Amino acid sequence: MDLKEKLVSSFLAFENQVDVDSPIHDVRSEAIKTFEEKGFPSKKEEAWKYTSLNTILKHDYSVFPKQENALEFSDVKKYFIHDIDSYKIVFIDGKYTSHLSQTTHDSMDVCLMSAALAKPKYRLVIENYFNKIATKDSLSSLNTAFSSEGAYIHIPKNKLVEKPIQIIHFATGNESAVMLQPRNLIVVDENSHVQIIERHQSLTDNPVLTNSVTEIYANKRAIVDYYKVQNDNENASLIDNTFINQKQESVASVHTFSFGGKLTRNNLNFFQNGERIDSTLKGVTIIGNKQHVDHNTLVHHIEPNCESHQDYKGIFGDSATGVFNGKVIVNKEAQKTNAFQANNNILISDKASINTKPQLEIFADDVKCSHGCTIGQLDESAMFYMRSRGIPEKEAKALLMYAFSNNVLSSVKIPEIKQRITKIIATKLGVKIGFDL
Amino acid sequence: MLKINNLHASVEDKAILRGVNLEVKAGEVHAIMGPNGSGKSTLAAVIAGKEEYDVEEGEILFENENIDELAAEERAHKGIFMSFQYPVEIPGVSVTNFMKTAINETRKAKGLEDMPANEMLKLIREKSELLEIDRKFLSRSLNEGFSGGEKKRNEIFQMAILEPKLAILDETDSGLDIDALRIVANGVNKLKSKDNAVIVITHYQRLLDYIVPDFVHVLHNGKIVKSGTKELAHELEEKGYDWIKEEVNA
Repeated sequence: MDLKEKLVSSFLAFENQVDVDSPIHDVRSEAIKTFEEKGFPSKKEEAWKYTSLNTILKHDYSVFPKQENALEFSDVKKYFIHDIDSYKIVFIDGKYTSHLSQTTHDSMDVCLMSAALAKPKYRLVIENYFNKIATKDSLSSLNTAFSSEGAYIHIPKNKLVEKPIQIIHFATGNESAVMLQPRNLIVVDENSHVQIIERHQSLTDNPVLTNSVTEIYANKRAIVDYYKVQNDNENASLIDNTFINQKQESVASVHTFSFGGKLTRNNLNFFQNGERIDSTLKGVTIIGNKQHVDHNTLVHHIEPNCESHQDYKGIFGDSATGVFNGKVIVNKEAQKTNAFQANNNILISDKASINTKPQLEIFADDVKCSHGCTIGQLDESAMFYMRSRGIPEKEAKALLMYAFSNNVLSSVKIPEIKQRITKIIATKLGVKIGFDL
Repeated sequence: MLKINNLHASVEDKAILRGVNLEVKAGEVHAIMGPNGSGKSTLAAVIAGKEEYDVEEGEILFENENIDELAAEERAHKGIFMSFQYPVEIPGVSVTNFMKTAINETRKAKGLEDMPANEMLKLIREKSELLEIDRKFLSRSLNEGFSGGEKKRNEIFQMAILEPKLAILDETDSGLDIDALRIVANGVNKLKSKDNAVIVITHYQRLLDYIVPDFVHVLHNGKIVKSGTKELAHELEEKGYDWIKEEVNA
């Protein structure tokens, strides 16, 4: 039985665990049908031309993993941004873990999707927002069908959330392979501001496949800063489907740091439903071995006077492969749009490769849209210059790569994240860097 | 300190140096002059360890050690410094962070601990004053958007911090106005001692009014064809290089 058949037949078992009378269940039933019709995407589809799921789909994943191992904070502390006070929503093998978490219902809700789906007091928010912007593609539908757990964050209006919120998923499975499908819903009301950090971490050498969906609603004048730290081990794969709906004058940014994992696919979608919206999509990818990272972005400019900024940097070593597919749609009504997109790549090995494709569909006539992509090697003259000052080859390379990533890091607003990312990059490059960026 | 014997070097199979002999002792200043394309910058780059150049014959001894097999950074750790004719722009790395890394990597190579932060700051402040470098300048990205004069001053600033035994100044005077030239020359002169040496590579005599050489050599077609004292520089300034070419051909 292949994974698709297994998932479809597992849906019946899943229905025994959840409340089938809930209106959400109709959404789920609809979604499993969509998945059954479409199946997993193949390389025949334009959006999946350079990313094949074949090797990761061949494992016999357990679809309802049991939480097998209890974790102590000291064991996993390093995966948290632990030097700052924060809210935490932590899952082990898909199950909520209260002793590692710090949730709240004090003037806002930072809690669990399972609670939000079950309790009447959340019904209105769920009805208004759940699965409203996630697209009906096969992977998002698959997640929707099995949606039951994840983070639920609702920030009411005029609230500045002072502590960042960390959403962390651990996989510990002793089972041969596990599949996780977290579902997050984040609603930020008028004038509110929140910072969120998301991380998926496998603690096992067994294969892990995560297919996550996150819906984020930035309502009028809301500010949402989202950081994705992807530094998983090389038996773990992640398909991240994130959808952001912005209302007028809201500001939303997503920084994606991709350093690990076997296969990582980021489907990042911004919808600008209002005027004077600002959207930022930035990413640094540094991978080696046979790792694969695919950034598939969409910014849909629907109304006038909005901006979007995309800046993705990639460094690829060994036999690593990368994909950047950045789509910008500017509707006919969306005049005075400013849309910028840049994708710069460095290949440090002959066997590494990157496929980069900007895709602009512009229907308005008074807009500023720019895009640029570069693929190059490390600058030899800069290397000699640094080495002639006593900086050894390895460190000189690292310094150049830092410098290359600097544009993306400089817009990170939480200093501890910047330090952490700097450290991860240094570890990744096997050097000690004597300063913080 | 430096002894070059019969040095032949080429880049992409094109012979550029064809038997250079040169000896530089501690405390000396040598000027290497010559027409364009004579191999001056190649000589500097080969001493500094640029990998694109192949040494085909001869040897470079630094403090009696053959440095042919040493990487550029190892030569730097031994005390060889080259001021670049065209300093490279490195966006995203500030002057200060670059210097911190250079100092601490050099110390690491010598088995020393990192320099304490306050000592580092003091050193950087002291040397930036010597080169009349503004504090704000230090937090800018290395050489990015610097004027020609700022780039060259920054090179000598790096030299002042690294305190090399042998400094090779490759066309440091090109692109400098007279004020910048004076500041740069003053910096070099203040750093000079009986224990270190300087090789000034230049096309013109102008810089040599400020950094006075003990010896002047003329490089032509990859060979030193004439050596003399500072008067030779004046003669070249007056008469150009043609008479030397004729002398060589004769």
